[in-house]
Amino acid sequence: MSVWDEMDYAILRALQEEAGLSSATLARRLGLSQPATWRRVKRLEEAGVIAGRELELDPAKLGFGVTVFLGVKLVTKGRVSLEDFERAVSAIPEVQQVSHVLGLYDYRLRVVARDIADFERVLRRRIMTLPGVGHVEANVLLSEERRAGPLMAG
Amino acid sequence: MLDDTDRRVLRLLQTDPQIPVADLAEAARIAPATCYKRLDRLREDGVLRATRTVIDWRALGFAVEVSLRITLDKTQSRAFDEIMAAAREIPEVLEIQTFLGRVDLRLSVLARDMAHYQQVYRDRILALPHITDIEALMQVATLKDVRTLPI
Repeated sequence: MSVWDEMDYAILRALQEEAGLSSATLARRLGLSQPATWRRVKRLEEAGVIAGRELELDPAKLGFGVTVFLGVKLVTKGRVSLEDFERAVSAIPEVQQVSHVLGLYDYRLRVVARDIADFERVLRRRIMTLPGVGHVEANVLLSEERRAGPLMAG
Repeated sequence: MLDDTDRRVLRLLQTDPQIPVADLAEAARIAPATCYKRLDRLREDGVLRATRTVIDWRALGFAVEVSLRITLDKTQSRAFDEIMAAAREIPEVLEIQTFLGRVDLRLSVLARDMAHYQQVYRDRILALPHITDIEALMQVATLKDVRTLPI
């Protein structure tokens, strides 16, 4: 059983688009009282559902023309420390996302670069030199949509 | 064009999206009025798109996240458009990405638990058109997830 209802989802939908909405604006949009809205937002924050705020920039306008997803397989697991690999890869500024996954690969990385040549530099100098890196598969991102997902109004 | 001051402002804002403009101006060593003007221009130019709320899906009750890497039947000219349109109708799909590489399409799918995932996979994902192959990567842990740019 979920403790969250449709109204909480509506709040998250609105805040996901625009984190800076005041509780007055939010209340008016949802047809709730301001104190009730504030209490719900507070509850979502305390439960950690609202995990933070994030700036959305246009990467292309800032000169970052390429996003590449890498599937990384580590060699001889057990001998290399996963923590060492994770710490080192997470410290690379061009690496935006590091996920430990189960399946064909061990890690999935999202890497941003100025162009393909810049990506190659990051791959060769920063990623391939990490301890334990074995097979790497690269897929260049062409388009991306972030959906409301489970928050979709039902 | 962006200058060093713009970059400094964006860099500071990236690390603390909720910083009050007065503090931001001080940290960037510019006057508050200049800072407001710069931010307005960055918004107008579409460089600064939005400040979003980051949602922790696990805390919301979605414990399972699977990355589905899909290969499409490219002999069908409408394959991309049709599968994407159908995927948009599935509420458990959080991200739709297209690629140049071995993988054509990637869907990020959220589910409450494995039983829920299995149901979504069988009833909705396998019903999507033009799929020739699917590989699943199950998320064990997210160690880093930011959209910050090395400006």
